[in-house]
Amino acid sequence: MAKGLDAQARQGYALIAPPFLYALLILAAPLLTILTYSFLTDGYLEVVRDFTWANYAQVWTDPIVRTVMLRSLVVSALVTLVTVLLAFPVAYYVSFMVRPEKKATWLFLITIPFWTSYLIRVFLWKVILGYNGVINSSLTGLGIIDEPLTFILYNVNSIVITLAHAYAPFAILPIFVALEKIDRSLLEAGRDLGESRAMTFWRVTLPLAMPGVLAAVLIVFIPTIGDYVTPELIGGGKIPMIANLIQVQMLALDNRPLGSALAVTAMAIVALVSIVFLLINRRFLKVRS
Amino acid sequence: MKGQGRGLQAYALLYLLFLYAPIILLPLFAFNSGTIIAFPLQGFTTGWFAQMWANATLRTALTNSLIIAVSAAILATCLGIFAARASTRFEFPGKGGMMGFILLPMVLPEIIVAMSLLVVLLGVGVELSILTVILGHVLICMPYAIAILSTAFSSLDRSLEEAAYDLGETRWSAFRLVTLPLVMPGIISSLLISFTISLDEFIIAFFLAGNQPTLPTYIFSQLRFPKQIPMIMALGTVLVALSIVLLTLGEYFRRRGNARMGGNPTGGFL
Repeated sequence: MAKGLDAQARQGYALIAPPFLYALLILAAPLLTILTYSFLTDGYLEVVRDFTWANYAQVWTDPIVRTVMLRSLVVSALVTLVTVLLAFPVAYYVSFMVRPEKKATWLFLITIPFWTSYLIRVFLWKVILGYNGVINSSLTGLGIIDEPLTFILYNVNSIVITLAHAYAPFAILPIFVALEKIDRSLLEAGRDLGESRAMTFWRVTLPLAMPGVLAAVLIVFIPTIGDYVTPELIGGGKIPMIANLIQVQMLALDNRPLGSALAVTAMAIVALVSIVFLLINRRFLKVRS
Repeated sequence: MKGQGRGLQAYALLYLLFLYAPIILLPLFAFNSGTIIAFPLQGFTTGWFAQMWANATLRTALTNSLIIAVSAAILATCLGIFAARASTRFEFPGKGGMMGFILLPMVLPEIIVAMSLLVVLLGVGVELSILTVILGHVLICMPYAIAILSTAFSSLDRSLEEAAYDLGETRWSAFRLVTLPLVMPGIISSLLISFTISLDEFIIAFFLAGNQPTLPTYIFSQLRFPKQIPMIMALGTVLVALSIVLLTLGEYFRRRGNARMGGNPTGGFL
């Protein structure tokens, strides 16, 4: 039996080796490299091999970096909140109200916009929300407002709306999967035991859907913090997020050690936030297992 | 009950409108003869499509993007087949960790992937070209390919393979004659999705393509010039139409694959 296991393990390793080695070479090696770079000194046109904490000291004390880092965190948190709150009722509708044979079509409709050109979608949000944009020109045209609405003009709000649109399927799909797994007889039991519909939702459905909601939160939060395109296009480069700062340090200023320190710090913060979030929600994750 | 369902349905439809708003506007501006992207619309024209067709840089960008997307789709799907097969068929120590690492690019911000890869490539002295973009795209397409292929492989009935062994087939010939045809819809679906992701990917192409244009980097460079934007809207319309066709095909194959293996028809691309 032990021998059989060995043969199976060997075969497994042989199969997983090509994709794993590829990921090691193209992902792990580069990540280790920027980790190393972040401790080196920036020289003129090259990186000097002197160990230093100076890059991190600069990252943590520079007020610009702090502002941008904080803004990135706030924007990502807002995007995550908005996306998940907007997405939950849709996931709930598709899982509980749509007839089984129609579910796949609904999911397909929800995912289609996600696969169309990201740049053009972001640009069109600028067109929709802009000064002479679709919303403002139709509202002024109808005589509802005199002045264009300013709270959606090229600012953090418009970045949040654009990103909430871009990451919608990332929130809907995990929540939908979690809702689908809920045993419907549990809900009937809740009703039979005299709970109201709202209480059943609150005490049975929501806790059971929590793993999906948590997955949605992480899967939206992590990539949005590193978004480069939306601040660049919507904010016109005036409200940079952390990705824009990394790009400037790495390419425009060619300070690779500082850029690497920024990237590593950003990743560490994201990892930390995610871990804290998971720990806080350990209770909900246990429900499944 | 009915009332609650109605309210939710109305909300879901509104949400779909929110999701589709940019896509609905796109063709309006692409066929609009005005040069400014705003309402009210002027008149009907197909001039922007003609202008797009005559643009030589755009053609280079398209060729580059197609080469990158086809190569990335094939490589990512091949690597994905290995990983999906390993994870669904075999048990071995460290499997979870290894698979998690391979799937990591799905949640890692692309700017991190692009930047770290750029630093290494420049450090080693590799010249940036469409080849370096392919390297990056295979990495980010692979997790999606694996997600789709794992579904295909896991709904596979293992006894069919065992029957093939009993009938004297070798491990490879059983895989080729029995397993592969059964997961073929999954493979086609994975190829289409990887192709779509690569064709639309901007960040990695922006940093790793050197001075070679790809479609997204070309679009990004043109968005700065108001004069070029109507043509970009025309290009966007074509791209959206193309992705919808490809995705519908992918969905068709995925459902057919599921039906063939008796699986349920739900589940999305992710």
